[in-house]
Amino acid sequence: MDKQSLQLTVNGEAHDIRVEHRKTLADAIRDDCGLTGTHVGCEHGVCGACTVMVDSRPVRSCLMFAHQAAGCDIRTVESLADGDDLHPLQQAFIDNHALQCGFCTPGFLMLVAGAYENDPDIEDSELVELLSSNLCRCTGYQNIIKAVRSVSGQLKARTTEKA
Amino acid sequence: MKAAPFTLHRPATVEEAVSLMARYAEDGGLVLAGGQSLTPMMALRVAYPPHLVDINNVAGLDSLTAGEGYFGIGATVRHARFHRPVPEAGRLGEVLATVVRHIAHYPIRQRGTFCGSLAHADPASEWCLVAATLDADLRLVGEGGERLVPVSEFIDGAMSTVREPEEILVEARLPLLAKEVRFGFYEFNRRAGDFALGMALVVYDLDGGVMRNVRVGLGGIEEKARRIGVAEAALEGQAASAEAFAAAAAATVDDVEAMEDATTSQAYRRDLSGVVVRRALEASLDTDTRGTE
Repeated sequence: MDKQSLQLTVNGEAHDIRVEHRKTLADAIRDDCGLTGTHVGCEHGVCGACTVMVDSRPVRSCLMFAHQAAGCDIRTVESLADGDDLHPLQQAFIDNHALQCGFCTPGFLMLVAGAYENDPDIEDSELVELLSSNLCRCTGYQNIIKAVRSVSGQLKARTTEKA
Repeated sequence: MKAAPFTLHRPATVEEAVSLMARYAEDGGLVLAGGQSLTPMMALRVAYPPHLVDINNVAGLDSLTAGEGYFGIGATVRHARFHRPVPEAGRLGEVLATVVRHIAHYPIRQRGTFCGSLAHADPASEWCLVAATLDADLRLVGEGGERLVPVSEFIDGAMSTVREPEEILVEARLPLLAKEVRFGFYEFNRRAGDFALGMALVVYDLDGGVMRNVRVGLGGIEEKARRIGVAEAALEGQAASAEAFAAAAAATVDDVEAMEDATTSQAYRRDLSGVVVRRALEASLDTDTRGTE
């Protein structure tokens, strides 16, 4: 099938790429934009490793075709740190040993960062349900929950400041 | 795990979308809205449409409208729009906000759509249950014009509807509910976010201490969600009591033709049907009635 041209805006940078209609956003971000922080696990929307933000909403980038994201503002895990300064959520993952192999981590970071941007008043009881969206097979959930709880106030404040 | 090749069409108006479907539906072209069921099916090669008509850029389809007695939900309205009660929808908004939490997971709810769930017609769909319980009407548009179809006729089996291949489901219309209406929802599955094994939604008025205009909807148990008339009859005119709830649960168990799958037997699902009806009724006792009495 023919490749078609499109422009993806990822982390504020425009990428002019040519991909088939069937190529997922996840694959285009990795193969064609060269941003390999977004991981591809199950490729059918179950594991959440490929979670990115599209127009400020955390979504599974394997469940969108790249051409559907033309004109959207896409943010990946590479957007979180400011140079060498880690995002508070990234630091919290380190401090709480919330990752082992790290494969699922980019997805968890974008899921949580995105959720707090959209719903800063997320309740503690909703947090467990939120984190069950993504799969971690090193069984690190307790430490992931701990990490997110430790910075939930900061994440809320960041959203409120922007608004 | 990559989708088979296809051509993506991105119309900007309903007219363009309708004419694209008229052209490609016969060859297996499909509408793409949220894509949270269709895209995985394509990745698994269960579905391989040669054309997709992506309606996400169609102007006007992402709106909620309060019409004459009904609340209209456009074809690209995402599940996440209902995370907080929509004020214009009144009591109905509270029902939707209660149910939406049980649909898949947070990131899926940011993309998946209300109307897409109805068009997909999965027996375990929460929105199919809501639509069936409240007797929603669905607006379909094709080249020959548009028609309004009651959901009980629209869904004709598991993953099956009477939508013509070239028609597009553009809006679901749910009846608005009076603010005094009581409601309860209960869903059972083994993990949060999984497909429902069984679920029930009940809606009724409490009039002088007795239940009136009772609606009992059951989903996930049979091939399609439906109202359980015998359970409604067992509750109509009764006090909202444990005895009445038990009678409705027993009537449900006697009435259903439960599905069976690899992990859940027919007997289990049949038994579960009574449990979810009883628990939905118990949940209805907690309806927030502040400001209505």
